Amino acid sequence: MTTTPAIRAVNLVKIYQSGRGLPVPAVRGVDLTVDPGEFVAIMGPSGSGKSTLIHLLGGLDTRTSGEIWLDGKRADTLSESGWAVLRREKIGFVFQFFNLVTNMTVADNVELPALLGGASPRHARERREYLLGELGLTDRAAAAPAQLSGGEQQRVALARALANQPRLLLADEPTGNLDSRNTRDVLKLLSRVHRQGQTIVLVTHDARVAGLADRVVSLLDGEIVDDGAIVRRRGPGGTAGDVVELRG
Amino acid sequence: MRQSLLALLAKEPAHGYELKQALEAIFGSAYPSPNIGQIYVTLGRLEKDGHVRSVGVEQSNRPNKKVYYITAAGLETLQAWAEEPTEGPRVRDEFFMKLVLAPMTGLSDRMALINRQRRHYLSLMRELGELAERTDPGDRVALLLIEGAMLHLQADLDWLERCQEELP
Repeated sequence: MTTTPAIRAVNLVKIYQSGRGLPVPAVRGVDLTVDPGEFVAIMGPSGSGKSTLIHLLGGLDTRTSGEIWLDGKRADTLSESGWAVLRREKIGFVFQFFNLVTNMTVADNVELPALLGGASPRHARERREYLLGELGLTDRAAAAPAQLSGGEQQRVALARALANQPRLLLADEPTGNLDSRNTRDVLKLLSRVHRQGQTIVLVTHDARVAGLADRVVSLLDGEIVDDGAIVRRRGPGGTAGDVVELRG
Repeated sequence: MRQSLLALLAKEPAHGYELKQALEAIFGSAYPSPNIGQIYVTLGRLEKDGHVRSVGVEQSNRPNKKVYYITAAGLETLQAWAEEPTEGPRVRDEFFMKLVLAPMTGLSDRMALINRQRRHYLSLMRELGELAERTDPGDRVALLLIEGAMLHLQADLDWLERCQEELP
C-alpha cells in the first residue's frame, strides 16, 4: 500500500522581480515529498530560499512554476481564498515574525483558529489551556501581544499554529527569538506532537531543532543540495561524560 | 588532570582513591570517570616535580597507603593556573584540511564532504538532546556541560554553512 504524501512539490520555482525589474530566482526547481507523520527540517544559509520555500508550501506566496500537492490534492492552482480555507482546515503556520492579532488577548489569539476550524468553545479553551501550559505561558493568557517579549510572542505563535490540531505544521525559524530555556519548552512540545503523529516541516538554523527531525533538507542558492535521514549512530545510553570524551 | 588533583589536594590531603571519588562526586555524570591508574601516574609526576609530597600511612593487614599533600610550589602553580585565562577551543582543523585538500585528490568533492559532515553533526546534536532529557534536572554541572557541547556544535554547523557558501 502506498500512502498519499502530506506534501509533494514538483519542480517548484519562484522568481521575484527586483526593484529594477530584473528576475531574481529564489527557488530553482525543488522536488520534495514529505510523508504523513514525517518531521523535516530545512536548513541553509540566509538567501538560500528556505523561507520562500516554506511560504510557497503554505500558500503564503505564489509559485512561478511547478506543482504543489497537499494530501493528494493539487494546491498551487488554488485561489487566495481557496488557500485560506485549506490553511484554516489543515495547516498550522508559525511565522518568523509571529503575526499575532494585536487587539486580541493571547488566549483569544490561540483559540481563534480552533473556533474558525469548527471546534466547540469548550474544546478550543481546553486546547488553548493545554498548549499555553506546555509552553510556560499560562499566566500570560490575558495579556495583549504587545505586552509580551519577542520570545513569548513566538511561543504564542506556535500555540496558535497547533490549536487546530492541523494535519500539517509549517514553521519559519520557530526558535529564532528564544533563549536557551524557552527553546527547551518549544523543543519538548515539537517532539511530543511529532510522536503523536504530527507532520512537521520547518525552516531552522538551530541545530537543536534540526536534531529532532527525521530528515534534513539542505538548500543552497534555491536548490536542494542534500536530503537525507538523521541517523543515530549509537543506541540510547551513555552519559554526558561519553559525549565530552567523544568531542575532546 | 594535574590541576584538578592539585586543586583537590589544596583543600585537604588525600590518597589516590579518595581523589577519584571526589572527582566523581563533583562532576557526576558530566565527565568521564577518572581511571585510578591515571591518577597514580599523575600523582607520581606531580611528586617528581615537587608540587606534592606523600607520607606512608600504616594500615593493619594491608600494604601502607600513601597520603598526598600539596607543597608551597604546588600551591603557587595552582594559583597561576586559576588566574590565567584558559585557551579557547580550537577549530576542527582535521575536517577543514579534508575540505581544502579533497578536491585536489579527486576522491571526494566538497559538497559531499560538507553534506556528510552536517548529517554527522546533527546526529551528535540529537544524541546530546536525548542525553539532556535523560539527565537529572538537578545535575547542573552535567547539564551545563551538555549545553556547552551543543553550543560548540551549533558553531561548527554555522561554520560549515559558511564553508559551503564561500568555497567553490
